[in-house]
Amino acid sequence: MTDINLVPEPQESLPDLSVSNDQGILQWISSVDHKQIGILYLWLSVLFLVVAGSEILLVRLQLAIPNNHLLTPEVYNQLFTMHGTTMIFFVAMPAIFGFTTYFVPLMIGANDMAFPRLNAFSFWTTFFGGSLLYFSFIAGGAPDAGWFNYAPLNQYNYSSSPGIDYYCAGLLFAGIGTVTASVNFVVTILYYRVPSMSLKIMPLFVWMILINSFLVLAAFPSLNAALAMLLLDRQLHAHFFSAVGGGSAILWQHLFWLFGHPEVYIVILPIFGIFSEVFPVFSRKPIFGYSMVVGSGIAIALLAFGVWVHHMFATGLGNTVNGFFAASSLLIGVPTGVKIFNWLATMHGGAIRFSVSMLFAIAFLIEFTIGGLSGISFAIVPIDWQLTDTYYVVAHLHFVFIGGTLFGLLSGLFYWFPKMSGRVPDLRLSKWFFWLFVAGFNITFLVQHALGAMGMPRRVYTYPDLPGWGILNLISTIGAFLMAAAVGLLVYILIKALKKGVIATDDPWDANTLEWTTTSPPGLKNFDRIIPVKSARPFRDYKRPADADWKTNPADSITAKPNSHGK
Amino acid sequence: MENKLMIKLVVGTEAMFFLSLIMAYVYFSLTPGFTPQQADHLDLRSTAIFSIFLFSSSFTFWRAETNFKKGNMTRLKGWLLLTLALGLTFLVGQGTEYARLLQENVSIGSSLFGTSFFTLTGFHGLHVFAGLLVIAIITGLTFAGDYNRSTSSVFTTVGIYWHFVDIVWLLVFGIVYVFPHLHKITG
Repeated sequence: MTDINLVPEPQESLPDLSVSNDQGILQWISSVDHKQIGILYLWLSVLFLVVAGSEILLVRLQLAIPNNHLLTPEVYNQLFTMHGTTMIFFVAMPAIFGFTTYFVPLMIGANDMAFPRLNAFSFWTTFFGGSLLYFSFIAGGAPDAGWFNYAPLNQYNYSSSPGIDYYCAGLLFAGIGTVTASVNFVVTILYYRVPSMSLKIMPLFVWMILINSFLVLAAFPSLNAALAMLLLDRQLHAHFFSAVGGGSAILWQHLFWLFGHPEVYIVILPIFGIFSEVFPVFSRKPIFGYSMVVGSGIAIALLAFGVWVHHMFATGLGNTVNGFFAASSLLIGVPTGVKIFNWLATMHGGAIRFSVSMLFAIAFLIEFTIGGLSGISFAIVPIDWQLTDTYYVVAHLHFVFIGGTLFGLLSGLFYWFPKMSGRVPDLRLSKWFFWLFVAGFNITFLVQHALGAMGMPRRVYTYPDLPGWGILNLISTIGAFLMAAAVGLLVYILIKALKKGVIATDDPWDANTLEWTTTSPPGLKNFDRIIPVKSARPFRDYKRPADADWKTNPADSITAKPNSHGK
Repeated sequence: MENKLMIKLVVGTEAMFFLSLIMAYVYFSLTPGFTPQQADHLDLRSTAIFSIFLFSSSFTFWRAETNFKKGNMTRLKGWLLLTLALGLTFLVGQGTEYARLLQENVSIGSSLFGTSFFTLTGFHGLHVFAGLLVIAIITGLTFAGDYNRSTSSVFTTVGIYWHFVDIVWLLVFGIVYVFPHLHKITG
C-alpha cells in the first residue's frame, strides 16, 4: 500500500468505552478492531433497548385501564410490532454479538477475528438494517403486523403503508450481517486458538458460540428467503403468500418459524455460555460436567430444527403432525434441563460469592425455569389451543427472553464490564438495580399468566372491564415502569462508572480464562505472549501451579472434582 | 485454509437459502393453481444448451485453478477469459428466455408459476452474476500481475463458490425444466 494512512489508526490507549481518544468518533466508525466493534454492538443494543422499551411503555399505558383510548389501534399495532422486532433483532442479537466479538478472540488467545474487515461489515449492516427499520416511521408508517408478521396481514391490501417493506429490507440487511458475523466466528474459533487449546478444553462460552454460529447459518436463510418473497409479493405483485393469487399464507408461517424457533435458541445458547463462565468463577469450582454442557448444547441445536410447528398447532395441520411436534417439543426440554442441573451442581458445595453477576445468574435459574415450564405446557396441544394468542404466551416468552436472555446479558455485563472499561461499577447501586429490575420483571409478567388463562387476547389495543382484568393490567403496567426505572438506573450506573468508577484490576474476580490475563481494558494488541493452556481453567492453573487442574487430574482435567474449591 | 472454510460456510448457508426457494417451488407445483400448461412456456432445448455453457464454465475454472497452481500464467489467463465468456453466455441465454416469457405475458405477477419460476431462477441468475463479477475482478488482477508467483487461495475459494452455483443450477434445471417434461412423457 501507500505510505498515506487512509484509515486513522489508533496510536495507543485503546479501546475504552468512551469516544474521547486521539481520533474521536471517526476512529470508531473506521475501526476494524474486534474490541471496538464489540463495544459498538453493545452501545447499539443499549440504544435500541431504550427505544423499544419506550415503545412498550406507551403500550402498557394504553393497557393500564379498561376501555382506554390513549392510543389509536393503528399506532398501537405499530408500537407492539416495533417493540418485538427491535428487541429480538436489534437488542438481543447485537448484545450477544457484542460480547462474542469482544471476548471470543480474547478467550482463545487470538489478537483479532479471522476477518477483521468482515467483522466491521457485519456490524455496520446490522446498524443500517436497524436504521432502515426505524426510517419507516417517517416514511409513512411503521410495520404493524406483529414481529412474526403473518400472512395475509403482511400483504399490501391489509397493510398498505410502506412499514412492512422496511421490515423486509431492514431485517434482510441485519440478517446478512448476522450470517457473515457467524461465518467469522466459526473460522476464528476453529483456526485462531492458541495451539495447545484443544476443543476439549475450550472455554464453554466459546463452545456455545461455535454451536450457535452453525445454528445461525442454518436458520437465517429461511428468514431471508421468506423476506425476499414477501418483498416480491408487495413490490412486484408476486403471489407467494396471498391466497387470492393461489399462494399460501401457511408457507410464511413455515418459513418464518423454521427460522423463528431456532432463533429463540440462537438468543439463549450464548447466554448458556456466559453462565457456564459465571457459575464456576463465582462458585470457585470447575464447571460440573463440562462435556454434558457441550453435548446438551449440540443436542439443543439439532432439536431446534424439529420443533417449529408447535407455533402453528392452531392452524389445523392434523393430529399426526401435531403429535410429532408435541413430542419433539417435550424432548427439547431435556437437554435444557440438563444444563440447569449442571449449573446447580457447579454451585453445590462451592464457595459462592454473591456479586451482581452471580445474582443475575441465580435469578436466571429460577425465572428461566418458570419460563421453561410454561413453555413445556405449550407442547401439550389442547393446552396450546386454549392459550395460544393470549397473554399467557406473552408471559411465557418474556420469562425466557428477559429471565433467560436479558438476565444472561446483564450477568455477562457485570462480569466483563471491568475488563472492557477498566472501571468497576458502583456495587451498592448495582445491587439496587438488580433487585429493582427483578421485582419489576416479576410484577409485570407473573400476572400476565393469569390474564392469559382468563382469556385476554394479546395484540388487541384495549379490553372491556371484565372482573379482574383491570387490576391485573394495572399491576403489570406498574411493573413495567419499575423495570424502566431500573434500566434508567443501569444507564446511570454505567455512565458513572465510566466517568469516575474505581479503577479495575486486571483480574478482579480471580477468574479462570485467558481474557483476564490481559490488562483492563486490553491494549490494542491483545497478547504479546500467552500463558500455557493445559486445562479448561488455564489462568487458574497459572495462578495456582501446585493445584493446577491438569496436575491433579491429568487423565481428564475437565471432570468436576468435589473438593477443589480453590482458595 | 481460513478462506476455504469461510467460503464453505457461506456456500452452506446459501444452500439453505436455495433449499427454501426450491421447497416453495415444489410446494406450489403441487397446488391446483399450478397447471402443467404453464410449464409448456419454457423452452427446454435452448435452456439445455445454455446450461451446458454454464456447466462447462465449471470445467474451465477448474483448469484455470490447476494452471495457477502450476504457475502457468498464460494458460491461467486464457481459462479465466473462457470462464467469463461461458458464464456471460448463460446469463444472455437466461435473459432471452425471460424476454420471451414476458412477451407471452408470463411474469412474476401473472400466476403462481411465474412467481415461483422467476424467483427461483432469478436468485440463481443473481448468484451467477455475483460470481462473474468476482471472476472478472480476479481476472483483472491476474492481468495486472498480482498473482505472479503467488500462493493466494483466491482461486480455490472462488472455485468452490462457482461450482456451487453450477450444482444449484443442475437441481433447478432438473426440477423446473426436465421433471415436468418427464411427467408429460410418462403420462
